[in-house]
Amino acid sequence: MLQLISEVFGRAFDNEWLRRGDDGAVLPAPAAGERLVIATDAHVVSPLFFPGGDIGCLAVHGTINDVAMMGARPLYLAASFILEEGFPLAELARIVASMAAAAKEAGVPVVTGDTKVVEKGKGDGIFITTTGVGALPAGRELSGANARPGDAVIVSGTLGDHGMAIMARREGLAFESGIRSDTAALHGLVESALAAVPGLRVLRDPTRGGLAATLNEIARQSGVGIVLDEMALPVNPQVAAACEFLGLDPLHIANEGKLIAICAADEADALVAALRAHPLGARAARVGEVCADERCFVQMKTALGGRRMVDWLASEQLPRIC
Amino acid sequence: MKYVDAFRDGELARGIAAAIAREASPARRYAFMEFCGGHTHAISRYGLADLLPPQVRMIHGPGCPVCVLPIGRIDQAIRLALDEGVTLCTYADTLRVPASAGLTMLRARAQGADIRMVYSAAEALALARREPGRQVVFFAIGFETTTPPTALLIRQAAALGLANFSVLCCHVLTPPAIAAILDAPEARAPGGVALDGFIGPAHVSTVIGSRPYARFAAEYRKPVVIAGFEPLDVMQAILMLVRQVNDGRAEVENEFTRAVTDDGNLKAQALMADVFALRESFEWRGLGVLPRSALRIHERYAAFDAEARFGLVYVPVADHKACECGPILRGVKAPLDCKLFGTVCTPDTPMGACMVSSEGACAAHYTYGRVRDPAGPH
Repeated sequence: MLQLISEVFGRAFDNEWLRRGDDGAVLPAPAAGERLVIATDAHVVSPLFFPGGDIGCLAVHGTINDVAMMGARPLYLAASFILEEGFPLAELARIVASMAAAAKEAGVPVVTGDTKVVEKGKGDGIFITTTGVGALPAGRELSGANARPGDAVIVSGTLGDHGMAIMARREGLAFESGIRSDTAALHGLVESALAAVPGLRVLRDPTRGGLAATLNEIARQSGVGIVLDEMALPVNPQVAAACEFLGLDPLHIANEGKLIAICAADEADALVAALRAHPLGARAARVGEVCADERCFVQMKTALGGRRMVDWLASEQLPRIC
Repeated sequence: MKYVDAFRDGELARGIAAAIAREASPARRYAFMEFCGGHTHAISRYGLADLLPPQVRMIHGPGCPVCVLPIGRIDQAIRLALDEGVTLCTYADTLRVPASAGLTMLRARAQGADIRMVYSAAEALALARREPGRQVVFFAIGFETTTPPTALLIRQAAALGLANFSVLCCHVLTPPAIAAILDAPEARAPGGVALDGFIGPAHVSTVIGSRPYARFAAEYRKPVVIAGFEPLDVMQAILMLVRQVNDGRAEVENEFTRAVTDDGNLKAQALMADVFALRESFEWRGLGVLPRSALRIHERYAAFDAEARFGLVYVPVADHKACECGPILRGVKAPLDCKLFGTVCTPDTPMGACMVSSEGACAAHYTYGRVRDPAGPH
């Protein structure tokens, strides 16, 4: 069985490092002055296949994005798989093909990997952990702790598409929609953004917990408050409608192909323009600003002219009753 | 969304806000209760408090289905799943309500109880049909809005002759709860909650119509304006209430004419009358034991009554001593009056039901309203 599986991987990811068949991959050192960035992410998702993607491409995009949000150029990936005994080989082949295609498209090869099979009942089909390595050019210093009062908050596109695409397919909540996951590798978009605004302060991808969770993290790391403008938030109308009838808030819903950027206010227009010029940032928008607030609140000016908190989410978002 | 966005227009809202500010007399105070959690949510979600002049104050009411459910009822459902091994189907926000013995439905599930979240009651029935070897119980909660779907479900189960499906019925009625608030000793005490009027429920009223509120206007002399759940509906209703108070009127007015009629949904009412009967009394969280305030399953459909099938006995359980959910549900206290608020009781670790549902007064304030609080530990 393991033999079969390794053949599946070998064929899909084929490259010089894997072909060697050693325990690890030997990689060239980064250029002088560059530093290494490493990030890892475990991927569990149900359902495994969803409109716009699957766990395979998600595992590639997720980790590439974590490396890219540090301002680094993603170079290599490592992948490990935990498979539940009896997991259909055809589904595995489909997932691996999707991973390989995503890695190829992103130009980031999977250079080493591992697979374990656990007894039936001890896993949920398939878990994929990927680790990414990237090179960070000299002078780039991005961190969630860098936001300063007066800075502009920018998002690269519509919010909540991934989480809602998943939810629409989940058992117990199935509904018909044309919503597709936004899963995508963002390192190209990041390079465009940094080329236009080298002094970018913060980059983050608002994955689990959505924009709300990520902005709260940034506010706390930087010791600032953030004020969003509800009217400026880009949300796909189908996602807005689904949120409406489920009683959910798009700000809390996961994205897998969007970034949040924070920069000095006078560079905001240049940044939005640069993002919009890239196919993955066509709906980029300036959505708020950083302010001084020792409570580190994220709040929103509502479309109605009132104010409200944009809080962290208490556990998983659950639909309301009526 | 085009039929929804029209009711969220910022410019219109500012126009209504200006009219309220102009017409509300600075010489008096206006205290209005929005009965429904849906209104509480809208007021908090859209920050409507910022659009009202200081003399107009909104008080959150008890119309949050999860909040008014007493611990004893959650216990019943959990025991069914844990002890009888049934598959319990429930609406989502019930999952996190604290019950006895440190349990919640989520924790019971972690202990092996088969408890499933459903979005619609029909999913529970579908599950019972799909898995005939399993006893499936639907935990039916909510006001008149969620009651007709439960009735329909029971009728369908009867038509199908399903032997593995039953309903634990905890449906409650809106008018007795409003009466209980107006009859509460605090409401009559000097310095107590002097309510000047109510925003009447939106969805509930589509079912029961506007007539059941007539007695609150006639007997209690309280204006009632039935309103939709969109922010402009709420603002318009507040303006209509201000005008009634200014004119010395106490009438039932209907702002939500696009969905609510005087008679309500007669078909749904007939369905409810067929499947349910009034309980002699029912314990509510916060409001206590209220006569003729809730529904049980009619004898005609006894085969689908989980209380009968499993011989359930109701055991009342007191709320946590420091939890102020009761007075908050009656409108006599605000979330910030509770010592637990924001310290030990948060949406992550709720102590009381008002912190669980997003329609609960505490959860709404914690999640949306804290920007207006004085700086402090909250």
